[in-house]
Amino acid sequence: MSEVKNILLVGVGGQGTILASKILTSGLIKAGYDVKMSEIHGMSQRGGSVSTQVRYGDKVYSPIVGKGSADVIVAFEEMEALRWLDHLKIGGKMVINDYRIQPVPVNLGAAEYPEGIIEHLKEKCEVLSFKAAEVATELGNPKAMNIVLLGALVKAMGLDEIDWDAEIEANVKAKFIDLNKKAFHAGYSL
Amino acid sequence: MKVIMSGNEATARGAWEGGARFASAYPGTPSTEILENMPQYGAECYSEWAPNEKVATEAAIGASIAGVRSFCAMKHVGMNVAADPIYTFAYTGVTGGFVMVVADDPGQHSSQNEQDNRNQAKAARLLMLEPSDSQESKDFMKKAFALSERFDMPVLFHVTTRTCHSKGLVELGDREEAEVPDYEPKIRKYVTAPANAKVLRATLEDRIAAAREFSNDCEFNRVEMFDTKIGVITSGISYQYAKETFGENASYLKLGLTFPMPDKLIKDFCSKVDKVYIVEEMDPYIEEFVKTLGIECTGKDVIPRFDELNTDIVRKAFLGVEPETYTTDMKTVVRPPALCAGCPHRGLFYALSKRKGIMITGDIGCYTLGMAAPLNALHSCICMGASISQGHGASIAFRDAGKDTKVVSVIGDSTFFHTGVNSLMDAVYNSGSNLSIILDNRITGMTGHQQNPGTGYTLMGKEAPEVDIPALCKAIGVKEDNIITVNPNHLDEVNAALDKLLPKDEPCVLITRWPCVLKKFSQQDIDEFPTLHKTQCVIDQDKCKNCKMCVKTGCPALISTKEKVVIDKTSCNGCTVCKQVCPFKAIEEVTR
Repeated sequence: MSEVKNILLVGVGGQGTILASKILTSGLIKAGYDVKMSEIHGMSQRGGSVSTQVRYGDKVYSPIVGKGSADVIVAFEEMEALRWLDHLKIGGKMVINDYRIQPVPVNLGAAEYPEGIIEHLKEKCEVLSFKAAEVATELGNPKAMNIVLLGALVKAMGLDEIDWDAEIEANVKAKFIDLNKKAFHAGYSL
Repeated sequence: MKVIMSGNEATARGAWEGGARFASAYPGTPSTEILENMPQYGAECYSEWAPNEKVATEAAIGASIAGVRSFCAMKHVGMNVAADPIYTFAYTGVTGGFVMVVADDPGQHSSQNEQDNRNQAKAARLLMLEPSDSQESKDFMKKAFALSERFDMPVLFHVTTRTCHSKGLVELGDREEAEVPDYEPKIRKYVTAPANAKVLRATLEDRIAAAREFSNDCEFNRVEMFDTKIGVITSGISYQYAKETFGENASYLKLGLTFPMPDKLIKDFCSKVDKVYIVEEMDPYIEEFVKTLGIECTGKDVIPRFDELNTDIVRKAFLGVEPETYTTDMKTVVRPPALCAGCPHRGLFYALSKRKGIMITGDIGCYTLGMAAPLNALHSCICMGASISQGHGASIAFRDAGKDTKVVSVIGDSTFFHTGVNSLMDAVYNSGSNLSIILDNRITGMTGHQQNPGTGYTLMGKEAPEVDIPALCKAIGVKEDNIITVNPNHLDEVNAALDKLLPKDEPCVLITRWPCVLKKFSQQDIDEFPTLHKTQCVIDQDKCKNCKMCVKTGCPALISTKEKVVIDKTSCNGCTVCKQVCPFKAIEEVTR
């Protein structure tokens, strides 16, 4: 039995991790894996921290990614990378969007946004960080940043045997297919 | 063919495959998507949003008595609202198979309490099924209707946040049509006057006894024998955590039918293993039953009685093993949820936050977030519909104690229809003096935009009559002069209404009417609110003195640093509350 692989997509409510995880799970199913995916909906969506957990292998039981078990963590926001660090497997990889969303306590002056997160994490584990929104903007639409991050994730997990272009075609509105394919390959090549 | 489905999607599919023809629910996380997934099955199963869980349950009971397979769905606390009908329907039994889907929320991801409703199956004496993943959600739901008919008992279909919102692969099946009999009154069965109810109470024990025999040898309860040093008894999502913890180093009794509990099966399983571990979330429901059989077991003495379980917790509890992780001294900042940019509740709560000497009783919905800093303008939240009745009680208590504290009660449109109407009736009938504020954002917001009796549409997309809130309040007895409707984004309108209504010593109603900015606008919304999403606010940095007054509205579109405040263009929805509070007229409204 092959080992179960664990992926965490973390960010802030409203950043749209949903489409990226939908394409990801759809590709994994086509490749013949058992897949479980878990999200929490509800109050946390209103600007709170959110996570999508994806697990795949021959047979998956729990839908939850435990501490110290994520092969890759994709953080759509940098402080969320720090928040989920204890879920990364020793030797695992962080893909971090170099992008900040200021939480309410920081806005109100009650707390300070921690400086130097990415450098700090680089001292601990393998980190790939880049400005996904800028990459997507260069391709024509900053909203495609989630697919840029998906491309980087697929590269990090070595999921090359799956036809990701076909998955993008199947899951994205027709007028955004070209943009998202470019975004995926841009992320994959980083 | 296998497809990936959430537990909720799978439960809906199972209902359709099981021949359900009627479904009713009130939305509530984590159960909401079950009914949202029913309209795709078209006319084969009628589905509706009811004003509350009691009504949903009673409607489904009516359909069952009429002879069709029916179900209702709700979050855990909804079962408290629906307890009245279901405790008696357990006596009468069913005609068409009946299923009550109840979604518990261990860990309180989106709930005001954490209650283990498996206890209610036992207390009300309902057959109980507990699926552990999406495939079982579909399969068990499909079979639940025939099970209900076979034992003449309603089924409590017990799911939790993790089974509801996790996705897994599901093998689909076909729909089984159930015949609908011609109606014949069964007065002794369904009229629970004491003479009949006493007989039904006795026969219920016979039905439970028959179901217990079935539970000892049925497809829902499964034994998996591996190493026999440890025997694990578990149900629901906890099965998955147990499997990952022990693998083939333990044997399992995986329970799917957990009321009545399979006594003989448990005794037999326990006799074949050296030690018995019970792995279950929340209360020791299985554990207490196992102990009544005189069997020694380990459960809640090592596993927490509250919060959600996961493999890490189970592994640490039984094996003493913790995962190796990266650690850091760097601290993160919490992200408390906040009212969205452009939320129509912001203007009202900002105005309320400036009033002194008032008590603000709150309710369940997005507007509970009015409690959060910097607004801090909501002082209580207990359950659905409680704001107005609590406010009434408090207003009488203050009056009789000689205090001049004024009480304001805040409630959403959907919550008002749920159980707030009766509360307003109490305040009016008994000469209370609280000001009830109904926040009509034209949709059920927090659970993700479900239609309700005030929105003009049904779950199945049909146009529907709308409740006229001012007319309803007037009919209850609120004086016409004491009912005011305002646009909550206009602070001067809100303040003028508060100035007029707060000093009054009689029940008053203020209605704030503006749509949730995230909802899909209907043609009616576009006609009634023509400025929706047409403008945005920008800060003129030359005029801005960085005084942070705008930031005190708590709007997440305002990004404040030591040097300046800017408005995030991708977030701002143009409510203009920040513009109105700016003392330097530095904020402009511009066309989007």
